[in-house]
Parts: sequence; structure tokens; C-alpha cells
Amino acid sequence: MSIKKIPMRDGYGKALLELIAANPKVIALDADVAKSTRSIWVKEKFPNNFIDMGIAEQDLVGTAAGLAFGGMMPFTSTYAVFMAGRAWDEIRTTVCYNNLNVKIAGAHAGISVGPDGATHQALEDVAIMRVLPNMTVVVPCDAEETRKATLAGAAINGPFYVRFGREAVPVVTEESTPFELGKARTCREGSDVAVIANGAMLYESLEAAKILAEENISVEVIDLHTVKPIDVDAVVAAAKKCGCVVTAEEHQIFGGMGSAVAECLAQNYPVPQEFIGINDSFGESGQPQELMDAYNLNQSAIVAAVKKVIARK
Amino acid sequence: METAALQKIARRVRFEAVRMIYEGKEGHPGPALSCADIVATLYFDVMNINPDEPDWEDRDRFILSKGHGCPIWYATLNERGYLKPKVEHFHLRELGSIFQGHPSMHSGVPGIDMTTGSLGNGIAIGAGMAYAAKVHKKDYYTYVICGDGEMQEGVTWEGVNMAKGRGLDNLVVFVDNNGWQSYKTIEFTIGQNNMADRFRAFGWHTQEINGHDVEQIKAAVLIAKKTPGSPHAIICRTIKGRGLSYMENNNKWHKGVPTEEQWAITQTELGGE
Repeated sequence: MSIKKIPMRDGYGKALLELIAANPKVIALDADVAKSTRSIWVKEKFPNNFIDMGIAEQDLVGTAAGLAFGGMMPFTSTYAVFMAGRAWDEIRTTVCYNNLNVKIAGAHAGISVGPDGATHQALEDVAIMRVLPNMTVVVPCDAEETRKATLAGAAINGPFYVRFGREAVPVVTEESTPFELGKARTCREGSDVAVIANGAMLYESLEAAKILAEENISVEVIDLHTVKPIDVDAVVAAAKKCGCVVTAEEHQIFGGMGSAVAECLAQNYPVPQEFIGINDSFGESGQPQELMDAYNLNQSAIVAAVKKVIARK
Repeated sequence: METAALQKIARRVRFEAVRMIYEGKEGHPGPALSCADIVATLYFDVMNINPDEPDWEDRDRFILSKGHGCPIWYATLNERGYLKPKVEHFHLRELGSIFQGHPSMHSGVPGIDMTTGSLGNGIAIGAGMAYAAKVHKKDYYTYVICGDGEMQEGVTWEGVNMAKGRGLDNLVVFVDNNGWQSYKTIEFTIGQNNMADRFRAFGWHTQEINGHDVEQIKAAVLIAKKTPGSPHAIICRTIKGRGLSYMENNNKWHKGVPTEEQWAITQTELGGE
């Protein structure tokens, strides 16, 4: 049976349409890639609630800050590598320092953007967003969770970063699946090891858990969609229950979700931890799945990490 | 307001700006003094504001994009009645002071519409405010004062481009064109100081005036308001450190603190009525 796959950005576009239908103060801004981010759907349906800012990411965020100051709720989007990278100063000093109600979407994140190569593969955005005071950071696992995350971002008053990839990814949640900002979701119960994942790595973790079950290794899988604020209770509870942790994310190991988990555990309940992520390197061109395999972002890497971490218990 | 009265206020806020730097032992007096006449004219003549209600939603907005010039803004807000009670000692840049080294909209100074300090951002943010006014069918204006040095930041021109493309004729940008930046002159640094040419090339309604002549500042805003369809640039020829003999056109005063002797000169040249 083939797995149903949908790009996460579809969830972003859907959420924008829902938000604007309910609240005309929501406005989408993009930097020349609206077709890719799906904010084009807003332009098509609600042209007065859309601004194409052109290839100008700093201006995108600066103008959004002004709009927020003027009582609107701007959702800015472009490729994550430029969104978080080129506009970091504006996000830091104008949006976060002032705690302005600007929503930021980083699209085409991760190495799975593929052939565009290292220049377009955002592998650092979670780190440089989560370090900012007042910022909320969410990395959803599929289109439906991206939709819910975007809606949840609109419900808080303040800066919000949601990141998603380009490729169609397996559907792992349904409309009825609960989603609460800041609350990790247990996807599979287990007792030998807790695999904490987000983004496209959640599906890989669930598949790895099935493989490991055949070897009588009981894996708990946790969807840590909200990287900041981190769900301390859920992370600590998983560590206590299983005694060891593997984190899996499509991002640099340094500074990403795994680092956030390690910060949390070091302060509350230290246990052995293995990290699945990009190991301090840039990406390169290739097909998405080739790259995921080449950079150890797949089920077999998680299986190996689980065995390694259990041996360290 | 009458010209003589405006000039008196500009002199007063210059003195106060230098006093807060002298007392706080830190700050940028030269950049503050070069835009003193523009800030004073905006707050005491041009802008539709209410110091008793700093967040009044129909007020004109103001951004000091060259945030390091903030002592003149603090002094002007104080003279205009935003601070209650009126501030005697600013404690500029001191721990716990509301008067931060660069203006913050959350440090507790009433009337600060936008945080600045990271150069180049004022026009983009101002364009957002102006765009919001259009969306909400409000007739307030957004005024931005930029330094000429910060025009080297790329985001400035992203904002200039967008504001013209969207026809934001409710956005008025003053360029405090004193010809200097932190290290040297604009010409030395990048080989050209052609502010008006640049704004014209981007299609802005552009005027060039003497930025120390309050009559010219008032007149330029009136002309801007009568010229619809395009954002407005008012390029102001200014003198860095204007108003103090020891400071004028001397870039040593980009950042610096007067000695006791210089403070005595300041009192003579700017103090009193």
C-alpha cells in the first residue's frame, strides 16, 4: 500500500485562507516565492490581504513589523534559509525585541529541498530562531499539523516561527489528531527508548519503531513539534520512563531541537542521548531522498542510534 | 508655530540633548544636533499628535531611523509634554533608565513609536505603518528621519522601492544629509553622496532643503502633502553638531562627551532663553 503524501506547505496555505476568512486583519506577505510557499492562495482568493514584497527579505520583515504596529496580523513567508538568515536582524531587533505580532514561515527548509543545493538548504534556522527571546518555534510533521500549527500561531500574541519542507511527506496526523502549542504529542508508547522527533523525521521515527519492535525493542515516539517553548514535563517524563533518548530532526545537531532536549534533560533528568541531524556540515545538490540517506536522516540511522543509546544506559 | 518660537525650541532641545550626554557621560551629540531642527519642527508644528494620549490611534507616526541620535528625540518629547512629570535628569544609558542608548518602544518612554538602532530599517517599517493606514482608511502620516550614512544599508532601498511601488504618499522621509558617518565622510567611504538623485531615480517626490531652516522644513511638508501618488523624500542639508562652535562639522563628535570647559561653552552658546 502506498503512503499518502502531501507537502506541508499546503497546510500553511490552507490555514492562511481560514484565518483571513475569519479575520480581515490577517495579511500575507511573501518575497517573490508565493507559489512555493502557498501564500499565492491568499492572493488568488483575498487579493487585498496579500503583498508581494519582491526579493527583499529584510523589507518583508520590516514592513510586516510596521503592519503589526498598525493593528494587522502579518504572516510573512519565503524560503527558510533567507527568511531566518537574511532577515535575522529585523526579526531580532524589530520583531522580537518589540514583541510584535509578526508571524514568520520558513518554507523549503531542510536538506530535502534537494537539487538547489547548500545555498538553499536551511539547516540552521531553528537554532537562530529559538535563541531569540519572545519567539515561539514550531516544526510540524505533516500538512495537517502545519495547518494546525499556523492556526495556533495566530492565536498567540507575539512572534511565531513555523518551518516546513518542500517535498510531499507522509501524512501521519488527521484532522482529529490533537495539537496544542507547547505540548509534545506521544505518537507511540514504548519503554526501552524515547525517540523525540519533529518535521519529516517523525515519520522516519515511527517506521524505525516498527522495525525495532520486531527485535523486541520497545520505542516510545514523541512528536516535539514545538521546539520553543519546550514541553519540559513531556521530555522529562519520557527520559524517566525509558532511561535514554534519541532526537531526530532535519537540521544541524548544533543548536536544534536535539540541543533543546539536551538543555532540558541536563537541567532536570540527565540520561544518555544520541542525536540524529546534520553533523556540522553544509548540504549539497541531490534528490531529496538521496540526500536524506546520504546525511543519515532516515529510519536505519534512527535504528542504529537507538541501539547505541540503549547500550549506554 | 511662529518661526522664532520654533527656533527657540530647537535651541532648547539641543541644549537638553547635550546636557543629558554630559550628565550620562555617553552618547552621540553630533548626530543628535544635526537633526534637531527637523525633530523640533515635526513635534511642535507639523505632526498631528497628542502628548496626553501618546498611543492615540489617529496620531501621526514618527520613526528616528538613525536611532543613535535619540537624545534629541528624548529632549523633544520631554519639552512637548510627553514625560509626566517633566524629566530633570535623564540618566541616559544608565542601568535601569528608561532612556536607553538607542530608542526602545518598550523601555517606558511615552511617544516612542518604534525601536531603532540597527541602521537602515526605518523606511521599511515606516512603509508598513503607512500601508496599514491605507488599509484602515486612516489619514495619519508616517514621518521617518534617516541618516545619510545608513543609506548604505541595502534594506533602505528595498523599502524605498516598495513604498514607491505601493504609492505610499502618506510616508515622508527626511534624510539628515550631514555628509558624515561614524568613521569618515560619506564621500570618502563610498565615493558619492547623491541622496536626492537616488530617491528621484526610484520615483519618489523629492525635495532638497536646508535642514536647519524651520520655515523650509514646514514648507517642504506642506508641498509633500499636496503632491499625491508617491512617497516623499526631503533631503536636508545639515551640519553635524550644529549649534555648538566646538562641535560643528567635527566628526570627533559623532560620539563623545563634553569636557567641563566645553560644557561651559555649551551653556553660553545654547543655554538660557
